[in-house]
Amino acid sequence: MDNILRVESLRKNFGGVVALDGLTFEVQKGAIKSIIGPNGAGKTTLFNIISGMYRPSSGGVWFLGESITGSPPYVTAKRGISRTFQNLQLFANMTVRENVMVGRHCRTKTGFLRSALRLPGAAKEEKRTAAEAMDILRFVGLEESAQRGASTLPFGKQRVVEMARALATDPKLLLLDEPASGLNLRETEEIGRLIQKIRDTGKTIIVVEHDMSLVMAISEEVLVLDHGRRIAEGPPRSIQKHPEVLRVYLGEEIPHAQSPES
Amino acid sequence: MGKKNLFGLASLVVVLLVVPHLLGNPYYLGVLVWCGIYGLVCMGLSLFMGYCGQISLGHAGFCALGAYISGILTTRFGFSPWPALGVAMLASLLVAFVVGLPTLRLKGHYLAMATLGFGMIIFVAAGGDPFGLTGGPSGFWGIPKLSVFGVVLDSEVKWYYFVWAVVLVCLVALLNIVHSRVGRALRSIHGGEPAAKAMGVHTARYKTQTFLLSAALGSLAGSFYAHYVGFVNPHPFGLNFSIHLLTMVVVGGMTNLWGAIAGTALLTILTRYFRVFMDWGVFFDGFILVIIMLVFPEGLFVGAARRLGGFVSRKRSTGVPGQASRQAAGGG
Repeated sequence: MDNILRVESLRKNFGGVVALDGLTFEVQKGAIKSIIGPNGAGKTTLFNIISGMYRPSSGGVWFLGESITGSPPYVTAKRGISRTFQNLQLFANMTVRENVMVGRHCRTKTGFLRSALRLPGAAKEEKRTAAEAMDILRFVGLEESAQRGASTLPFGKQRVVEMARALATDPKLLLLDEPASGLNLRETEEIGRLIQKIRDTGKTIIVVEHDMSLVMAISEEVLVLDHGRRIAEGPPRSIQKHPEVLRVYLGEEIPHAQSPES
Repeated sequence: MGKKNLFGLASLVVVLLVVPHLLGNPYYLGVLVWCGIYGLVCMGLSLFMGYCGQISLGHAGFCALGAYISGILTTRFGFSPWPALGVAMLASLLVAFVVGLPTLRLKGHYLAMATLGFGMIIFVAAGGDPFGLTGGPSGFWGIPKLSVFGVVLDSEVKWYYFVWAVVLVCLVALLNIVHSRVGRALRSIHGGEPAAKAMGVHTARYKTQTFLLSAALGSLAGSFYAHYVGFVNPHPFGLNFSIHLLTMVVVGGMTNLWGAIAGTALLTILTRYFRVFMDWGVFFDGFILVIIMLVFPEGLFVGAARRLGGFVSRKRSTGVPGQASRQAAGGG
């Protein structure tokens, strides 16, 4: 079994609006797969369904061979799917390290009673969680900012904190929703390197992204959506020349169009 | 729990031990007993409102359940006080579960509506007395005294030490919760529910658990009330009291357990010392809520400290303006 995720005939309607229209695709284990498409193509809806935020109208999602269709997020997180958000969703009321520690939530287990009584096991787990959060911050290069309030960091760093927090859940599959949006050229390159570094630790990554230079640079495979349907899929180079993709992005070519001079 | 909290706890213990010797009149000590009883409810409410971002308009109802069940079981069914208190708490948990389970799974303030209705039902039921148990609008007397380790709590001094010992134990437990995996999960719900869910936090369950915890504390306070006063009637447990509880929590700063206690003490002392607060209670609660939300949304104490800190650092003109506020807001 090579695929880690299989999405089959996935449909999602919001009232009369069809966000996903019978989408089918697979993601290979250990790959970076990018999903591109115009606004409203259904990319974020797809993430919301895979991570369990929405239930699909029909169709299914299989993760590591088991159906996770309609599983709530606290189940999918525990199974090994984590995500970031297009519009940053950091916990502004916490430090950077605490944000990452929340990511450890699904891998730890101290409950109300054990934490109220501060039993030895609870204190030990808390210490370990803090240490693990620091390890992850070191991995993404943010250990210096650990004690700062999450909202006091520059925007580019906040994106990295979101990735660190998602990594803290120990995911097998990481969903990144527009990781480069709002970043400058240098920051985009850095985030690209970080994504590849994460993949090199054995994780599978799906990236929804508009920045084509980033998509072309890091992905093994690209899936192009339009109106909730797959219009192309393949390695980045073949996608660049795909006629359907050009039509969706650039518009239809008018036959026999003439330039004004001639 | 950080050093700040340990220092706070130590200071609180010292103050609690010194204060009775400074107060000559047992009436004043009685006011502090009320601070402790209300403080119990408000700590739970603070955890629920400040950390889960939900509002309960029915906590007076849980206090009433505690007070009435304790009172009825001890006077009519021959229960001794502690088992009666336990039964009252279990009943409150059950009711909180029934009210909270469906509404806390929904987005929005459905719980506020549900608890509003619940509070009214309890208030009306206590006054209407459908089963001939509550004594109707005039209530009933003769609730026995509570005894702890063989000591009968029959004076203001004894109640004072007892109630505040319970408050301290609960405060330590809740501070432990806040500074733990559970507390972080609760704060993450407040910070952003979608992200909290994506990190695997079972948000509906945490909200329900916190609501149950706050209901249990409400019931406990109600049982103490019944045994302390020896008399219950519906009047103190109306919607006004639920709003008064909210006001005390908001004055202290919702996301701060210390604030809940400080806010409770401040408003209770004001209400008991100045008749005008008592007579115009609802008016003052509304007025205070609006002022606090407009001027000090983080609570009176932290807000005032921030203002003061900002003023001092401006005067020195060397400090970074934001620094003081961040430090002041970091407590709790």
